[in-house]
Amino acid sequence: MIDIPAYNKKMSILSVQNLRKKYGNSVAVEDISFSVRQGTCYGLLGPNGAGKTTTMEVVEDIIPATSGTILYKGRARDISFREEIGIQFQHTSLLNFLSVKETLHCYQKLFKHPEELDRLVARCNLDSILHKRNNQLSGGQQQRLMLALALVNKPELVFLDEPSTGLDPQSRRYLWEIVEDIKGNGKTIVMTTHSMEEAEFLCDTIAIVDQGCIIAEGSPAQLITTYCKTNTITLPLSVIENKLPALDIDFSLHGNSVAVRSRNVEETLRILMAANIELKEMVVDSPDLEDVFLYLTGRKLRD
Amino acid sequence: MINVMQLQRIWAMFNARNKEFFRDRAAFGWNFAFPFLIIVGFGIIFGGETLSTFKVGIFPQKGVSVIFSETTIPQHFKNNSAVSFVAISTLEEGLDKIHYHKIDLLIDGRSSENRYWVNDSSPKSYITEQMYKAALQPDDTVAVDRNIINGEQVRYIDWLFPGIMAMNMMFSALWGVGYVVVRYRKNGALKRLKATPLTAFEYLSAQMISRIFLLMFTFTIVWIGADLIFDLKIQGSMLLFFLTFFLGGLSLCSIGLFLAARGTSEEFTSGALNFISWPMMFLSEVWFSLEGAPAWVQNISWVFPLTHMLKAARKVMNEGVGFTDIQLECGLMILTTIIFLTLAASLFSWNE
Repeated sequence: MIDIPAYNKKMSILSVQNLRKKYGNSVAVEDISFSVRQGTCYGLLGPNGAGKTTTMEVVEDIIPATSGTILYKGRARDISFREEIGIQFQHTSLLNFLSVKETLHCYQKLFKHPEELDRLVARCNLDSILHKRNNQLSGGQQQRLMLALALVNKPELVFLDEPSTGLDPQSRRYLWEIVEDIKGNGKTIVMTTHSMEEAEFLCDTIAIVDQGCIIAEGSPAQLITTYCKTNTITLPLSVIENKLPALDIDFSLHGNSVAVRSRNVEETLRILMAANIELKEMVVDSPDLEDVFLYLTGRKLRD
Repeated sequence: MINVMQLQRIWAMFNARNKEFFRDRAAFGWNFAFPFLIIVGFGIIFGGETLSTFKVGIFPQKGVSVIFSETTIPQHFKNNSAVSFVAISTLEEGLDKIHYHKIDLLIDGRSSENRYWVNDSSPKSYITEQMYKAALQPDDTVAVDRNIINGEQVRYIDWLFPGIMAMNMMFSALWGVGYVVVRYRKNGALKRLKATPLTAFEYLSAQMISRIFLLMFTFTIVWIGADLIFDLKIQGSMLLFFLTFFLGGLSLCSIGLFLAARGTSEEFTSGALNFISWPMMFLSEVWFSLEGAPAWVQNISWVFPLTHMLKAARKVMNEGVGFTDIQLECGLMILTTIIFLTLAASLFSWNE
């Protein structure tokens, strides 16, 4: 008999090993392994069709895996798994003729230890729409209700699948604040997104997913420093054109501007100033996750 | 054994489904309007008569079809294309059939006095009698022995009412459960529920209980309305009458759940539901008796729970029988429920 150690908070709350999912002859998830520490936000970042949602739904036990191992708190997922997780799906629906309050009541009754309604309403800002019917909600209001349903059972582990898709910037920012608050309460979050901004803002660890595989993993800062060490200094061509041949810099021309690539911005600026180049219109760009994805795949995230 | 938490979850889904039903005003209104309009329509406007052919029972006959060479039936009547003949073995059987509108006229095939029986409450019986008499006595010289069946007669509306209610129950159970579950699966509402501890058994039980509650509620309201207009006569126990519809509703709901156990295509489900419901309606004696129909047609009708529900309901309403006389039908309905509910639960899919 295998002796499974008791779960403690230093262990990974979720561990996925060699996950594979096929639909007929089509492979949606090739081979994915990752683990998530308690109280952190783990993000699967990748373009549409990369296999993020399929990975999530297999881990959530919504669809079966073709092969692989998934452990929750060090054990195979059992009946208690559903009591302890919350899910916000990318595409789902509710009963049209129920009000927001009735929907929350209904879902509260499905769990052993539901969250208090008032706390849920306050946390997800549902007060003003509590008596509205589900089919009368706007996109942002629906997302907030879906998030509330994901939190209705005070889950240990929350899955958010593209939580801010289709939201206006204000609603998105508000949703991020709620997610930050969830994380602040010691809950663990696993989310998918194709927004690098969202991933950078919310995630402690990011796995970059492409064609059913994780191609890189780490914190946003780690990924950027590991894969994209180069900053870009952009200057108008007119201020540098005559001096370019004499400068020891890596540059490229883009119409009326010059892009100078630099691993050491301070050193490059010193060279430019020594050459008496006007820096008033200079723009310095730091690399981001988009650049990391471009570096790793040769494609942009939104391609 | 079902625990408190399971009951709580079933109750939550039961409540949610009921609210959906009562708040969808168009569907809610139609569930009442449909059976009521049909009953009123056929009961008042057409006097309850809908058939263009007239059934004449001939006794005594040994086989399943009438052997005219052994009878005194006049040639003109035999050749009447508006009349179909049913072989009946005994007078008692024939009287029973004419009493319950299964045939329109009963003739003693051996009688030289042209002995026959009519049902005074049936306009069709009267028309058939006129056709028979016209064939018998073209020159007004042949004597007839006219008999009217004894006892309180079963009005056509009392025979029709269980049929209309059963038909409405069938459509409501099959479509209200089957179609709705497929729609919920297609739009992702079921997937959202799968992310909770709710089990397939709990969900299906809640759907079934909710639909049965709504069916019996509708049944009661329509029955009260129809009773006020037609003064319906239930010869047997009202409770037993209710029980037959309850068990029939359960068995029909379980078929609806079975048909909706998988799949997301509303078009396919619609086709499958039509494929089941229309033959069931025509072969379960909702509108007309299968008396005289080929044996294989009558055998097929036995497959359908609607047949057993209707048979039991009419026995209670029209014949005033007790539970022992309908226990076979009740047993078959319970068996149907168990089989299809088990199949539905084991095949059920929350997703695609």
